[in-house]
Amino acid sequence: MIALGRIQPGGEEGDAAGVSSAPAAACAHCAAPLRAGAASRFCCAGCEGAHALVAGLGLDAFYRRQETAAGTLRPPEAPPETDFAALARPGKSGEHSLELMVAGLTCGACVWLVEQALAAGPDMLRARASLSARRLTLLWRGPAARANDFVALIARLGFRAAPWSPACLRATEDAEGRELLRALGIAAFGMMNVMLVSVAVWAGADMGEATRALMHWLAALIGLPVVLVAGMPFYRSAWRTLRAGRPNMDLAVSLGVLATAAMSLSETLRNGAYTWFDGATALLALLLAGRVLDRAARRRARQAVAELLALQEGTVQRLTPDGRAEHVPVAAIRAGERVLVAAGERLRLDGVLEGEEALLDTAATTGESLPRRVPAGAPLAAGGVNLGNPFTLRVTAAAADGSLAAMARLLERAEQARGRFVSIADKAARLYVPAAHAVALGTFLGWWLWAGVSWQAALVPAVAALIITCPCGLAIAVPAVQVVAVGALFRRGVLVTSPTALERLASAGHVVFDKTGTLTEGRPVLLDEPGRPASALAEAASLARASRHPLARALVAACPDAPPAPAGVVEVPGQGMRRGTTRLGSARFAGVAGSDEGLTLWLARPGLSAVPFRFADRLRPDAAPAVRALRDLGLEPELLSGDGPDAVEAVAEAAGIGPWQARATPAGKAERIAALAVAGRRPLMVGDGINDAAALALAHVSAAPQGATDLAQTAADLVLRGEELAVLPFAVRVARRAQRLARQNIGLSLIYNMVAVPCAVLGYATPLIAALVMASSSLLVILNALRAGRAPA
Amino acid sequence: MNALLLLVPIALLLGLLALLLFLWTLRTRQYDDLDGAAARILFDDTHPKRGRR
Repeated sequence: MIALGRIQPGGEEGDAAGVSSAPAAACAHCAAPLRAGAASRFCCAGCEGAHALVAGLGLDAFYRRQETAAGTLRPPEAPPETDFAALARPGKSGEHSLELMVAGLTCGACVWLVEQALAAGPDMLRARASLSARRLTLLWRGPAARANDFVALIARLGFRAAPWSPACLRATEDAEGRELLRALGIAAFGMMNVMLVSVAVWAGADMGEATRALMHWLAALIGLPVVLVAGMPFYRSAWRTLRAGRPNMDLAVSLGVLATAAMSLSETLRNGAYTWFDGATALLALLLAGRVLDRAARRRARQAVAELLALQEGTVQRLTPDGRAEHVPVAAIRAGERVLVAAGERLRLDGVLEGEEALLDTAATTGESLPRRVPAGAPLAAGGVNLGNPFTLRVTAAAADGSLAAMARLLERAEQARGRFVSIADKAARLYVPAAHAVALGTFLGWWLWAGVSWQAALVPAVAALIITCPCGLAIAVPAVQVVAVGALFRRGVLVTSPTALERLASAGHVVFDKTGTLTEGRPVLLDEPGRPASALAEAASLARASRHPLARALVAACPDAPPAPAGVVEVPGQGMRRGTTRLGSARFAGVAGSDEGLTLWLARPGLSAVPFRFADRLRPDAAPAVRALRDLGLEPELLSGDGPDAVEAVAEAAGIGPWQARATPAGKAERIAALAVAGRRPLMVGDGINDAAALALAHVSAAPQGATDLAQTAADLVLRGEELAVLPFAVRVARRAQRLARQNIGLSLIYNMVAVPCAVLGYATPLIAALVMASSSLLVILNALRAGRAPA
Repeated sequence: MNALLLLVPIALLLGLLALLLFLWTLRTRQYDDLDGAAARILFDDTHPKRGRR
């Protein structure tokens, strides 16, 4: 769909100027749809510059191959503010290296473009980007200050770079995952090579005693070390749960595998008919493959969340004693220092307002949708957004001691409490593991005492029963469904970060929404006014293009076709824009007798009457359908907001939500969630603010929409990456379907056991039968699990 | 029987070689960016440095 409207570069390079206004034309750089009849091939000056840059480097092959979503590659209008030079690490002989998180790096062509464009610099020694981690590693010869040039180059291409944060690193560095992969490699090697020997024993009915003994010893030589090394992840987990007194599937696996290895060793020494090393190694390999896939799926989600968070992390402007402002990381600010908060910037530290009064959007901390005027000297909590003049804040607590950090610590505690959730696989294991072990023990005693065979011979059917019940299908049953369901949700923009999130989502019976930023868009949107002339809007938006103020941006968003800001526009900080005698801004600035109630900009033009532009936070367009769909799924909706009753009631009505509560404090929200949980309602909490974080962490399951504060995103089980709320009911349906399939899978593997176990107990099972049972039951549950990815009906 | 004495060690040696190779790829972090590696092969390295100067 992107390729459809894309103008192919190369051939049209020279003659494109006038002929590109075909229907459904798209910007030649970012592929965003162009206005009908546009004279340019580009949607904005930034894209034009980016295209020229790419073409100049001889990299236009990029446009033929790129697969980014339309509009994502539009370069930002303002250059990045962070000083990256401070982050560059000096090397031994004059080189510097820098690690960046690059957002928008979503296709192979993007990686190629960024790498090649950077490598074109004469001093660049190495530029390597990782597609899955969005990590860019740079190494260059020269001063650290070059870092800012490289970041600016990346920005001009349309990608956004952020410092590589510890959160990104945590999401990417996965020592446990690598150990699983290593164990899988070893187990797969062991499985295949033992099988080579075992097949000879199975097939060789006329094999001599000596040859069979050689085969057994070979199998033991490979099988024993493999079982010991590759099984380590299971043994460790089994030991942990054993000490905690809660048997899980890993315990059954460990016991089964170790007992099988021991029995096979004894059979080798006795030169018995069969050894079972192949079964033990194959079991390990299959189970490890399940684990590796499961982990990879969730790692992708975690990385995507870390990427969202890295983009929010920024710097603050510290005011030095001599009045200069310097960009420094938040962590470097100490209590008592003064920082400058620009218009539209989010407060990242607690402090006291200095100077004049300020206009603050506190939606994230209190849920109020209308901005508040704060008098000088008032204490301000981190999380608010400055909607007015730039102001000075005297910081009262460093980031590590502030209100945000306190909330983060609270969340960690809540997170631990949630770890007690028992997943369906564990529930099955608690019943199944003792039963399987009882059967094996019974078999051993039966053969030894009752049938009167030697204890070594009695061990064979007992261990055969153990490894056949050893839940290959059962242990793969649930992870396989998880992998497929999490992948399907990932493609729809739902990031699942917790291993048990889907299960909890499937059982949710109540949904609690926050209002501002969750049901509403959380930013000012221009309200329609019937009598407003279209030319006024275009002129105002054109003036507004020169400003970064939130209202100016909202104005531009309402009229994206507005011409670029004309020359001579002057921004008077915190008041408005001026060009000659035309003014856009507050009533006082525009010289109008009207009021500034709520959020209003006035456009005053010579000889014409002043035009007001009113803004308000707007309900997301799909909020009502999403709420309806959730109710149809049996989730009772409820609205909890820190905002005033009038605004909350209006939104509740528009979204079709019955019960609502206004002026809810963060503690009040958490209490309500806890009350619902006590009543057995299993609430799904959807929220975005700092004031929602405690409720999110306490809820049975939680989701944070796009643009949520980083605290809310960390606290939530699901992060929605798209603009729409409609994916929530989709996620519930996928989760329920996954839960159904997991139960089916557990049932399927139990049926297998019912057939295979008597066979093993009676001593008819051979390693060949065990291998067949294991492989076929695993295959069956995996095929069944694949159905989880299909769109639910 | 003589064939076994020769072939089995060869088979095991080859398998072991593959295992060591796998462990080496793991240690040199070749599985960290599977998506990127899959896409990278489709693009030519332009090496603008060598081309121009």
